[in-house]
Amino acid sequence: MTTVETAVGTAKTMVLNMGPQHPSTHGVLRILLELDGETVVKAVPDLGYLHTGIEKSCEDKTYSQAITLTDRMDYLNPLGNNLVYCLAVEKLLGLEVPKRAQYIRVMMVELQRISSHLVWLGTHAIDLGAMSVFLYCFREREEILKIFELFAGQRMMTSYIRIGGLALDPPAGWRQAVERFLKMMPSRVDEYETLLTENRIWIGRTKGVGYISAEDAIALSMTGPTLRAAGVAYDNRKVFPYSSYEEFDFSVPTRTESDCYARYLIRVAEMRESLKIIRQAFDKISNEGPIKAEAPGIIPPQREKMKTEMEALIYHFKIFTEGFSPAPGEIFVTVESPRGELGCFIASDGSPKPLRVHFRGPSYINLQALPKLIEGQLISDVIACIGTIDIVLGEVDR
Amino acid sequence: MRESPSNNANVVAGCLRSWNANAVAEVIEFRGETTIVVPRELLRAAAEHCRGDAKLRYNLLSDATCVDRYPGEPRFELNYHLVSIPRKEKVRLRVWLAGDDPVVDSLVPVWPGANWLEREIFDLFGIRFNGHPDLRRILLPDAWEGHPLRRDYPVEGYRDVPNTGELFRKSSTP
Repeated sequence: MTTVETAVGTAKTMVLNMGPQHPSTHGVLRILLELDGETVVKAVPDLGYLHTGIEKSCEDKTYSQAITLTDRMDYLNPLGNNLVYCLAVEKLLGLEVPKRAQYIRVMMVELQRISSHLVWLGTHAIDLGAMSVFLYCFREREEILKIFELFAGQRMMTSYIRIGGLALDPPAGWRQAVERFLKMMPSRVDEYETLLTENRIWIGRTKGVGYISAEDAIALSMTGPTLRAAGVAYDNRKVFPYSSYEEFDFSVPTRTESDCYARYLIRVAEMRESLKIIRQAFDKISNEGPIKAEAPGIIPPQREKMKTEMEALIYHFKIFTEGFSPAPGEIFVTVESPRGELGCFIASDGSPKPLRVHFRGPSYINLQALPKLIEGQLISDVIACIGTIDIVLGEVDR
Repeated sequence: MRESPSNNANVVAGCLRSWNANAVAEVIEFRGETTIVVPRELLRAAAEHCRGDAKLRYNLLSDATCVDRYPGEPRFELNYHLVSIPRKEKVRLRVWLAGDDPVVDSLVPVWPGANWLEREIFDLFGIRFNGHPDLRRILLPDAWEGHPLRRDYPVEGYRDVPNTGELFRKSSTP
């Protein structure tokens, strides 16, 4: 489909087609590699195999209906996608979300961050030949998915975060489940580190591989662990706090080596920081209190009120048939997803359906730097470099 | 109800105006977000100014996207979301483009990260970027007809079989 101009010419080099069906691309990504022996001279990513037109579909749905679509973009971070979309709509409406709901949101997205990093660590290790790490990581991820199932009734496509609050009150027994996880997890992170951090093969495969300077990373709009591994402490949770992150005490790990090994260390450190945040959120969440904002006409009324109050019944009917109409205007909200800066842009024209919804997927933009990481490297390092950016093709192609 | 411009809005608008009196067409403040509307022919120079000026230092291009205001004119609204990591500030640069002439200077020379963002806008809205090093479709097949995120492009596409361009149409005819 894509024609490529080769850099050196046909005499010396060969063009190798990698993907779209390749296990290390974690989805459907095609890369055209121009090789001189074993050295990559030029790399051209070719995307779009998973394009589903989510942004177009959002324009045809009411604001509340579009939440379920956001789950399906970055399928390792559905709660984060829900969050950024809901934050954007709430900002557009000027809604204030109750503190209790904000803390629960923080706890859930931090659990999600750990589970996403676990999938990353497991698959990255398996790509580089360390089979057993994958099994350990998925064992713990399963525990997190069980917690999600407890809260939302769904393991992956939770749609748990809704406009103005949450879908459901936390279920009975949630404290025990989260407590158990918080007790277990720190020693499990140590386990992964004993398997990898000083492993000579792991170091050999990742240290000094995939270097990018901080200036280049910023110029290429890279964010997330890849930017922090280059020494730039840019984290939306600290710089532009949302959902009460300013009340939490955590640090932003950074390193300066900016290679695959540094990014590995950053993500492991982030898992530990997330555990700290979950613990604080766990203590902050009160047992009683509202989980939805008070906004008739926007938030569906309580079931009980619908049966006793005429207005509640009318609002319920109107919300689900027609939706609600925010003021005309444009909003851009960013959050820190496990992969970097996840943004949601919404333009409203004052009708019940958004005029435009756009997602700034960190995978999409970070993937842009892939040629920079691998050109001049060996072909065996291509796998390490794709893994280290931590792309989710569902988000790249949307 | 119009909101009064924030501190940062005044700083950015002031800096751009002192560089070129025509650089700022409008300053919009909505829900605490600042939008600076820039004339089309000054976009790249204004962006360079935002990145290079010691008082602004917008070093990260966070996002670029387009809104189609069809059937209104000017039809396309391009939004560039800039972040200054050292100053911890955000701003949005906006350019209006007419429907019959959707061309604007590319910002790839200013921020290389604009490359795929502009390719995506080209692919889905059909806006052309002058000086873009590699302006090809990125998400859709090369042979795709039309630009699906335009408002006059139906959600379900133009025909009952999927619009996949030349690739599949040949094989489906008897």
